[in-house]
Amino acid sequence: MSNQNILEVTGLTKHFRAGRNQVVHAVDGVSFTLGKGRTLGLVGESGCGKSSCARTIIRIYDVTAGQILLNGTDITNMKQKELKPLRKNMQMIFQDPYASLNARMTVRDIVAEPLIAHGIVKKKEEANDLVYPMLERVGLTKEHAGRYAHEFSGGQRQRVGIARALVLQPQLVICDEPISALDVSIQAQVINLLKDYQDEKGISYLFIAHDLSMVRYVSDDVGVMYLGQMVELSDADEIYKNPLHPYTKGLLGSIPIANPKLARQKEKSGIEGDIPSPVNPPKGCRFHTRCPYAKPECAEAVPESKYVDGGHMVACHLY
Amino acid sequence: MEPILKIENLKTSFMTSNGEVQAVRGVSLTVGKGEILGIVGESGSGKSVTAMSVLRLLSDTARIKEGTITFKGQDLIKMPKKELRGIRGEKISMIFQDPMSSLNPLIPVGRQVEEMIREHDPDRRKEEVKKDVLELFEKVRIPEPEKRYGCFPHEFSGGMRQRVMIAMALANKPDLLIADEPTTALDVTIQDQILRQLRELEKEYGTSIIFITHDLGVVAELCDRVAVMYGGLIMEEAPIDDIFEKTGHPYTMGLLASVPDMDQDKEIRLQSIPGSPPDMTNPPKGCPFAPRCPYARQLCASELPDFVQVGEGHRSRCFLRYSDAPADANNPFRK
Repeated sequence: MSNQNILEVTGLTKHFRAGRNQVVHAVDGVSFTLGKGRTLGLVGESGCGKSSCARTIIRIYDVTAGQILLNGTDITNMKQKELKPLRKNMQMIFQDPYASLNARMTVRDIVAEPLIAHGIVKKKEEANDLVYPMLERVGLTKEHAGRYAHEFSGGQRQRVGIARALVLQPQLVICDEPISALDVSIQAQVINLLKDYQDEKGISYLFIAHDLSMVRYVSDDVGVMYLGQMVELSDADEIYKNPLHPYTKGLLGSIPIANPKLARQKEKSGIEGDIPSPVNPPKGCRFHTRCPYAKPECAEAVPESKYVDGGHMVACHLY
Repeated sequence: MEPILKIENLKTSFMTSNGEVQAVRGVSLTVGKGEILGIVGESGSGKSVTAMSVLRLLSDTARIKEGTITFKGQDLIKMPKKELRGIRGEKISMIFQDPMSSLNPLIPVGRQVEEMIREHDPDRRKEEVKKDVLELFEKVRIPEPEKRYGCFPHEFSGGMRQRVMIAMALANKPDLLIADEPTTALDVTIQDQILRQLRELEKEYGTSIIFITHDLGVVAELCDRVAVMYGGLIMEEAPIDDIFEKTGHPYTMGLLASVPDMDQDKEIRLQSIPGSPPDMTNPPKGCPFAPRCPYARQLCASELPDFVQVGEGHRSRCFLRYSDAPADANNPFRK
C-alpha cells in the first residue's frame, strides 16, 4: 500500500436491480490506482459503465463488491456520516452544466454552499473571501457572483461547476464528461483551466470522456472499459500508439481524422454492431460478439487481466 | 457542376421578447449534384437555421426576411406551403440529431417508413411498400429487418433509431438530404458506421448531402466542400483539402487548433479561442469574430469584410485576405 496513491480501486462491482430478477451489470470487477497529481482517463462507449464506476467510487451509489481506498482509507462501506468529512477531498464535475446548477441560487451561493456544508465557514458572508478568488481563478469576475446560472453561457456555467468543485481544495476531482456539452472553442478553455490548476495544486483527476483525442491529451494513464469491465489499461501514449485489445483498436479506428488526405487513405477499422445489453452480458469475453478476432474459447472463458511489456494491462485471449 | 440547390443572400431572424435575433445574416451557398457539403460552426452560428430555412421548418417566431432558395428552378421561399409539402420528404429530406424525438413512439418503425412512401405515392400496393421498406432496412444495415419491422422506437438503440431515420429519409430517393448533426449524440463507433453508410448511399443514389456538424474530423472524413459559419455568416468556404491545408480565416484556424490531434504534445497548451460567440440580438457591427480574433485591427470592429476569393473555389471573409492588406507580423496570411 503506497501513500503515493490517492485512489486504489480493487474489483469494484456495481449491479443494479432492474425489475423482476433482472440485474444490470453496470460495473464488474474494475481495478486501478490513481497516483497523486496524476490523471486517469476512462473511455468507452455509452453504457460501458464509466459513469457508474465514477459514481460508485464517490459513493453516490452503494458498492456491490470490491474495495475503494481513498488516501489509504477504506471507504467502501463507510456510512455517509463518517464519509462526509472525507468528501472534502473528492469532488465531482458533471457533464451537463444546465442540470447541475441550482437555478434559484446565485453563483456566489452555489460556490459558497460546499464551504458551508463542510463547516469551513459559518456564514455566507464569510465565504466571500474564498469564493471570489476561486471565481477569478476559473475566469469569472466578481460581477458574475450575483447572477443566476441561466444568465450564463454553457462554458461559463461549466466554470461555475468547476469553481464549486475546486473551492474545497480537494485532492481528487472526478470529471464526468466535463466538456461534452461545450462548443469546440470553449472545450479548449476548460481543459486548459483544469490542467493549469492541476500543475499548480498537484491534484488528481479521474477524467471520463468519449472524446478520445482529448482524453489522450489530458491523461497520464488511460483505461478502456467495455460492458462494465476494464479491458485495457496503460500509459496514455502507449495505449494510443500500441493498442492491444481488439476493442481499443476498433475504438481508435472509429475516430474521425481531422485531415482529409489521411482520412481517405485510412484503412477502415471500426467496430460493427451495437454494445449488447448489460442485463445479460455475453458469456466469456464480453466483446466476443463484435470482435473480428474471436476464437471459440472467447465465448467460453473470461479472459484474465495480463500484463504485457511491463505496465500495459490487457484482458484478451490473444495475449 | 450544376447546382441542385442555390441559396442566395438568406436572412432569417427570430422575433423574441428580447428583440430580433438575427440568426442568419446573408448566407449564399450552392450544392452540386452528388456533392456532400459540410456546414461547420458552433452553437448559435446559424448553421441549423440555414438548413431549416431550406424546407421552411422554422418555428412561428422565425421570419425569412430576405433571399432566395432555388431548388430545380423553383424558389422554395415563395412556394405555397401545400406545394412545399410535396417536396419535403420526397425531393429533399432531413435527418436530425435526436432520432427519438423525430420518431412517433406509438407506431412501429416499419409502419413509419411505410407512411413516408405512401404519403408521396398513395396508390402503391401495401405489400409492395412493405417490401421496399424491408429492402431499405437492409440497405441501412438494420439486422433482421423482418423482425425489426414491428418494433417500436424505444426498443432500438440510438444508432438503430438513426438508421431508421436514414431509411425514412431515403425512402423516396430524394435529390437532397439535409443532415443536421446526425451523429453528434452517438458513440464514435456508431458514428463511424453511419458515416461509412452515408458515403455508400451517396454513391449509390447520387443524393446530394448538406451535412451540418461542429466536428471538423467528421467533415474531413465525409465532405467534398465546407462552409464555416460564425455569427450568422459564412466566414470561409473551400474544397475540403484547402480548409485544412490552406486555411483561409483566423476563425477556422482557431477551430482547428482547439482540437488536439492524436500526436499533440501534452506539454503544449491547447490554443483556445478566448471569449464567447456574439449575442445575435445585437450582432457586432464589423466582423463578428473580431472581438475574439488574435489578429483583429481597428478596422475589423467597425466594418464587415467582404467575402473575397482567395483561391479556386475558396473564399474568405477577412480583411487580412484583401490584396492591399498589410504584410506585417500580425498577418498570418502574409508571412
